[in-house]
Amino acid sequence: MLLIHCPYCGEDRSELEFRAAGDAHIARPANIAAISDEEFADYFFLRDNPKGLIYERWRHIHGCGRFFNAVRDTVSDKFVMTYKAGEPKPDLSPAPGVAPALPADSRPVETYEATEGRAE
Amino acid sequence: MRKYSVFAVAREAMRAHKGWEAQWTSPEPRSQYDVIIIGGGGHGLGAAYYLAKEHGITNVAVIEKGWLGGGNTGRNTTIIRSNYLYEESMDIYEHSLKLWEGLSQELNYNVMYSPRGVMMLSHNIHDSQVFKRHIHANRLYGIDNEWLTPEQAKDYCPPLDISASARYPINGAALQRRGGTARHDAVAWGYARAASDRGVHVIQNCEVKAIRRGPDGAVTGVETTKGFIGAKKIGVSASGHNSMVLAMADVRLPLQSNPLQALVSEPLKPIFPCVVMSNTVHAYISQSDKGELVIGAGTDQFNSYSQTGGLQIITHTLDAICELFPIFRRVKMMRQWGGITDNTPDRSPIQGVTPVPNLFVNCGWGTGGFKATPGSAHLFAHLIARGEPHRLAAGLTLDRFRTGRLIDEAAAAAVAH
Ligand SMILES: Cc1cc2nc3c(=O)[nH]c(=O)nc-3n(C[C@H](O)[C@H](O)[C@H](O)COP(=O)(O)OP(=O)(O)OC[C@H]3O[C@@H](n4cnc5c(N)ncnc54)[C@H](O)[C@@H]3O)c2cc1C
Ligand SMILES: [Zn+2]
Repeated sequence: MLLIHCPYCGEDRSELEFRAAGDAHIARPANIAAISDEEFADYFFLRDNPKGLIYERWRHIHGCGRFFNAVRDTVSDKFVMTYKAGEPKPDLSPAPGVAPALPADSRPVETYEATEGRAE
Repeated sequence: MRKYSVFAVAREAMRAHKGWEAQWTSPEPRSQYDVIIIGGGGHGLGAAYYLAKEHGITNVAVIEKGWLGGGNTGRNTTIIRSNYLYEESMDIYEHSLKLWEGLSQELNYNVMYSPRGVMMLSHNIHDSQVFKRHIHANRLYGIDNEWLTPEQAKDYCPPLDISASARYPINGAALQRRGGTARHDAVAWGYARAASDRGVHVIQNCEVKAIRRGPDGAVTGVETTKGFIGAKKIGVSASGHNSMVLAMADVRLPLQSNPLQALVSEPLKPIFPCVVMSNTVHAYISQSDKGELVIGAGTDQFNSYSQTGGLQIITHTLDAICELFPIFRRVKMMRQWGGITDNTPDRSPIQGVTPVPNLFVNCGWGTGGFKATPGSAHLFAHLIARGEPHRLAAGLTLDRFRTGRLIDEAAAAAVAH
């Protein structure tokens, strides 16, 4: 079982309190009705599956209820760090298979994360 | 290859068993093959066997980074059944079940296929509705599956607690009598022996590190720990590592790798006659011919290649097993392990062509692909030989994530299956 640091509660808690929520930093395309079926399939189904560092979302579901992001090694399962939703992707050496970051002007807004990171 | 038979056993008994030969040869790789299969599990070895047997393609190598069957083939709980909900699934799993029925004879190798029946417990009204829907769909499609009352379930599997005061009461069960188990290692070894006999090279302890492609984008071979090996066609069947292998050819597929655990008890006298699965409380159990109770647990909730799995997952499963079968409360567990399963969003496999010419993929069998081994291998060989899928696997292509024609067994079973 993992010990996970919730960046909102500021505490290490048992994995039982958390729900894994898949890849982090996936932004819903702003023009979702206009994109092609291929683009939609990529956005909706394709996820990183590296053997190494992964950027993923977790939710402290039996604690503060908030979503946050984490960097974890998928071989040792060790958490490198956790950080709050909406904070930029930390610049660690990217794992193989991770898409290169888009130039700033073409980058869609991460609306999902910005609104969902907060339990109100 | 010298045939195995009762006469062979008698002959060897007379001469101190000195005449048994190696089951397969271990040649040095050639510089070039017609087909390379990456991954020496049951699916990959089986595909090589059917390429040689049914398509006359014998210049084939299976490249395995560890030992044969050291992946999920040798780590699974060997449940075999074909009572899935959707036609695409029924097609492939039933094709496979039919091949299981004759596999020991076909390979001249005892794979110990044992149709002892797979019983799925229903604990509430939702379960019984879902199982009856499966039963009707299966029977309309010509696949056996029947509904049992709690008393009939207890008759079929006496250790079951069907009392009203049980923590997880049972209101019926679905039974597929032709379902059962097989010996996991024997499947890999039997295919390896039969493939090697037909000229296939089985190359162990050789890891594929890169996939090379020509100017036209088509594959030309693989870089391995034993150097470059050329190939006209490549089939990838590396289960939990499929994403990593496909990334070598810049192919991304909707796969996530998760640890799945199993554990076995100390050996007991025969006590458990069939396979029992409970999706709702998430536990499945059978007894091996050695006498161990074989118990399957769930997957970890996150991506991982750790081949271990969280302790709370097996604890949860053992809680459920002890409630369903109180007589097992004091049985000791002997070993626990994990395997890395590759899971798709709809929990159905992907078998088909990839965007890279002459690169074929067999993946996404996830937590339930052992039962599919002969069928999947048979159809994968067809795909590689002909360049297009067999009719029975036509719905399993990657395209379904674009068209939306998913095979949503995940929703149908709501559990690892
Ligand atoms: C605990 C557990 C219980 C299960 N229970 C059941 C069950 O009851 N019923 C059922 O039907 N299914 C079950 N499954 C699923 C089943 O085991 C798999 O779907 C199936 O065995 C996959 O077979 P395979 O031949 O595709 O893969 P594997 O047997 O995993 O073979 C893939 C091989 O590829 C090799 N490989 C990987 N990368 C490379 C590389 N770069 N170069 C060379 N070789 C490489 C690996 O070493 C491995 O040997 C279970 C799985 C687990 C883990
Ligand atoms: Zn918290």
